[in-house]
Amino acid sequence: MRKFKEFIIERLIFACGIASIFFVILIFLFLLKEGLAVFKTIIPFNFLFGKNWYPISEPPQLGILPLILGSLLVTLGAAIISIPIGVACAIYIAEIAPLKLKEILKAGIELLAAIPSVVLGFIGMVTLLPWVKNIFNLPTGLTALSGSIMLAFMAMPTMVSIAEDALYSVPKTYKEGAFALGATHWQTIWRVLLPAASSGILAAVMLGIGRVIGETMAVMMITGNAAVIPHSILAPVRTLTATIAAEMGEAVVGSEHYFALFAIGIVLFIISFVINVTADLCLHKRQ
Amino acid sequence: MRNPHRTQKIAFFFLFLANLLIVVPVGLIVVIIIQKGLPAINWEFLSDIPRQGMRAGGIFPAIVGTVYLVSGAIIFALPIGLLSAIYLSEYAKDNFLTRIIKLAIVNLAGVPSVVYGLFGLALFVVFLKFGASILSGSLTLGIMILPVIITASREALESVPYSFREVSLSLGASKWQTIRYIVLSNAIPGILTGTILGLGRVAGETAPILFTVAAFYLPQLPKSIFDQAMALPYHLYVISTQVPNVDEKIRYGTALVLLTLVLFMNLVAIIIRYRFRKKKKW
Repeated sequence: MRKFKEFIIERLIFACGIASIFFVILIFLFLLKEGLAVFKTIIPFNFLFGKNWYPISEPPQLGILPLILGSLLVTLGAAIISIPIGVACAIYIAEIAPLKLKEILKAGIELLAAIPSVVLGFIGMVTLLPWVKNIFNLPTGLTALSGSIMLAFMAMPTMVSIAEDALYSVPKTYKEGAFALGATHWQTIWRVLLPAASSGILAAVMLGIGRVIGETMAVMMITGNAAVIPHSILAPVRTLTATIAAEMGEAVVGSEHYFALFAIGIVLFIISFVINVTADLCLHKRQ
Repeated sequence: MRNPHRTQKIAFFFLFLANLLIVVPVGLIVVIIIQKGLPAINWEFLSDIPRQGMRAGGIFPAIVGTVYLVSGAIIFALPIGLLSAIYLSEYAKDNFLTRIIKLAIVNLAGVPSVVYGLFGLALFVVFLKFGASILSGSLTLGIMILPVIITASREALESVPYSFREVSLSLGASKWQTIRYIVLSNAIPGILTGTILGLGRVAGETAPILFTVAAFYLPQLPKSIFDQAMALPYHLYVISTQVPNVDEKIRYGTALVLLTLVLFMNLVAIIIRYRFRKKKKW
């Protein structure tokens, strides 16, 4: 009897063990189920590269190029700001900061990770937007640049903590060897530690950017949500994620608009899948 | 030839500056929210329903909704997450299947939150016909925190020394008895920490609940799990972007309540972790 009970429990444990695989597949299947329907009326090429997103006009025009470019622009801006700062931050925490300061800095970054994105979006609206508006003398602060700054900030916790782990996991002997040859601490970091940790740092950067692409609320609140092809970083843009979040409430279940939003979901799912698998490969190469 | 020591000084200065660029704004954000939100907080604000088109009154239904959603998510995610972690730490061999499971967990953690919202809408709201309800929202959020719970629980389980298991097994306990009475009981603080951190994250999520549960405005509290509910993060979004002319005090007050809730959970997790480290026997 006890044997039987344990058999059942172990089956249950196995079932839960593979639950993650089950859920990933389930998510993908349901996105496909609802999203592929849009391709009955529009071919994939026109969907991805169509220049007009007018989902509620008659007939609807469902080209997501402006949204893709919006996401790209905001992400690129965020990457340019966040990569140098994030990596520098990780180096300082892993190598230079005295123990007490290190605890404080890490706590600060953990605090940032804990703040909900809608709160950051709200704070961005009331502080960052007027600031951007005044500095660049714009009619509105709702721009791609504001989004980039906010997202760079939000990518930090992921980037810093993974890059820091990568730096820690470089064998101590590398560092000692460099010191023994008379290198300064900075020379050791720049010439020895960074190259040795490069694949881990690359993974950190990718996962940080993955977070940026998937971020929804803050971006929706501060980028202005204009679904047109952006011509400048100081113009309002609309990202893929914000489009789904802003429009799904009004889309009628089963309409073309509804299917198109799910198709955008498929695009996002594939992007995040590719980023995560590549980052994972980078991290495993290191070990 | 440049002086390497001066180069080092300059480099370290910039590295320090990079830290300030992150930590100072974080501090400012928290201070601003507390400073401007505190005047709004009083008993009426916490216990009353929103009035005058959300421009006055309180945020009680939103607080209740968030508590329901977080509880629902944990009831669903904790058992599955914990058993999954047990599988990975105690049963899984180093093979292809395990590799795929780990990859799936990484992916689950990386799926954008709004895509979870779409998934919840397609599966729970439309396909299973739960409608926009607390049930749909909780399940969506539950799947979303699964990777957090699995990863934290697995670390906690794996940090229990191997010798504990060997002693138990050598005394004639079965594998399951060993896990149940020896490994789990020693890993509970770690599991708790991870779970609470996951909850903190869920409490602040907006995108997954947009189309699965969140109501713009509800004058009464939800009566069953098939009702819609208001939620704090969505309420903050609504009053800061959708409703014009809301007093700034109310916005900051709502942000403060949400932030306090999330940070409180983080604090509890940190305290558990800290006390556990002090008591740790190995």
